[in-house]
Amino acid sequence: MSIASDEFGGFPPPERSRKTAASEKSYGVGDRIFKGLTGAMAALVLIVLGGAAVAMLWGGLLAFKTFGFRFLWSSRWDAVGHQFGAFVPIYGTLVTSAIAIVMAVPVSFGIAIFLTELAPKWLRGPVGTAIELLAAVPSIIYGMWGLFVFVPFVATYLEPWMNDHVGTLPIIGPLFSGPPIGIGMLTAGTILAIMILPFITAVMRDVFGAVPAELKESAVALGSTTWEVISHVSLPYTRSAVVGAIFLGLGRALGETMAVTFVLGNAHDFSMSLFMPGNSIAAAIANEFTEADSPLYVSSLIALGFLLFVVTFIVLALAKLMLLSLGRMEGAKA
Amino acid sequence: MRGIVLRRQIANAAVLVAATASTLFGLFWLAWILWTTVSKGAAALKPALFTQMTPPPGTDGGLLNAFAGSLAMIIMAVVVGTPVGILAGTWLAEFARRTHLGAAIRFVNDILLSAPSIVIGLFVYELAVRPLGHFSGYAGGVALAMILLPVVVRTSDEALQLVPDPMREAALALGLPRWKITTTVVYRAAGAGILTGVLLAVARISGETAPLLFTALNNQYWTSDLANPLANVPVVIFQFALSPYDSWHALAWAGALIVTLFVLALGVLARAAFRQRHFDG
Repeated sequence: MSIASDEFGGFPPPERSRKTAASEKSYGVGDRIFKGLTGAMAALVLIVLGGAAVAMLWGGLLAFKTFGFRFLWSSRWDAVGHQFGAFVPIYGTLVTSAIAIVMAVPVSFGIAIFLTELAPKWLRGPVGTAIELLAAVPSIIYGMWGLFVFVPFVATYLEPWMNDHVGTLPIIGPLFSGPPIGIGMLTAGTILAIMILPFITAVMRDVFGAVPAELKESAVALGSTTWEVISHVSLPYTRSAVVGAIFLGLGRALGETMAVTFVLGNAHDFSMSLFMPGNSIAAAIANEFTEADSPLYVSSLIALGFLLFVVTFIVLALAKLMLLSLGRMEGAKA
Repeated sequence: MRGIVLRRQIANAAVLVAATASTLFGLFWLAWILWTTVSKGAAALKPALFTQMTPPPGTDGGLLNAFAGSLAMIIMAVVVGTPVGILAGTWLAEFARRTHLGAAIRFVNDILLSAPSIVIGLFVYELAVRPLGHFSGYAGGVALAMILLPVVVRTSDEALQLVPDPMREAALALGLPRWKITTTVVYRAAGAGILTGVLLAVARISGETAPLLFTALNNQYWTSDLANPLANVPVVIFQFALSPYDSWHALAWAGALIVTLFVLALGVLARAAFRQRHFDG
């Protein structure tokens, strides 16, 4: 080996470093402890979710064993006779969430269109922040506002008007007629709609923003109006993500407790009319847990909680999968 | 031909009008709710709120024990949940960015984030209340920590991923071990983002009621023993609002206003912290 080797441009060749194994050595004890510690904390997330599921199944086991599948469709809720059936809470949860989705999705869609296509740049920030404020307000505030302000308004103006004009229509009439007490499934569904509005809007905004500009510009170059760009380009591109956003809102609506507890009425009676008070799983648990006097009563409430957990888990998992599919489409392009 | 063009233009205009109307509709509800909270809450504000305890029905008083209890449980939740959350987010961002296990944990974390808080309350009931035989402030703190955890995990994960890799590589080139790189370089760079996440999580747990109903319950008096049922603002609001007493209603509104202001202030603070560092770096 000559001193002035051509291979190194005239300079002497570098000494073989004694630290070539440094990279292996530096993955030493400290790093192993760090990785183990942080990994254990991450595993804790899984443990919390799994633990919640197991704990509630355990707590509700007594009720499930006593009543079997009858628990799901019996509407008898008798604390004295120790007979508990989950039908009314399940029905109430599904109906209030359905009302919330039906009311919130079009409005969220409209707000998302406004914020992404219509609003001038200086307006997007403030209006977007204002809509997100709806999510920041604690749910108990919604409950109080609902009980003290919205319920009287509904009872005085909305329900009588609906009784006269919608209650007389043929098929949907019985749904919208009843005593105008204000407290009931329609009111609860409306408040839920306002609560899930910001979540669906936020996801839809992100999703519409993820549509590649070239696609939208090509459509405009061909002469499309703004609405045609949305309906023919943005929506088909983000179809599954939009459904994911709706499922996310649904998942939130299913589990909402405080706002519904205040205005739903805690009545274990089934009724066709949306004006009548009802019950939802979360509201039943919140209202009755501290007064549950027998182990079977407590177990029935925990069993209700387990059912709610399973349903929300499925809905939220579906939502996440649908939202991820959009991410994958983006990743494929990148 | 002109007919078709006109129809398309009308459809477009109709949709845009509807979109604007939807936005005004959404903002209208926000304005109504905030206006109600502020007007009814401000009417009930008085210094006694911070000096007297929750009163028996029909008499007047304050919310001191409720504020203290809530503060204690929030501090407990932050002390327990923040380190766990940041470490978990660190694992996700540093060691599991594209692995299947990392994707699975992120998936579960996001579900936990949106899960009904009443379910967490029931879990902690089974875990910490039933075995001990009584409600306690500790159980309430644990429940709030479990609600705080997924928020901190997610925001830490995202904040740490935002730190550019060349920073890590530069530190690695200087011979630092991974753990030292993360604690001295990456944490400092992502500090603002992590802090924002913690503030947002605290804002979220400040208003949570349902999990506290089964864990800390409520207490009419002042207690310095956290192993007892502990008074807290959300459950007090719940109990007072659903009662038939006007004095209790007034206190509930005052508490509601203070909680709302606290949550909004935290949100503003979080946004300011994020923007400050973002432009500095």
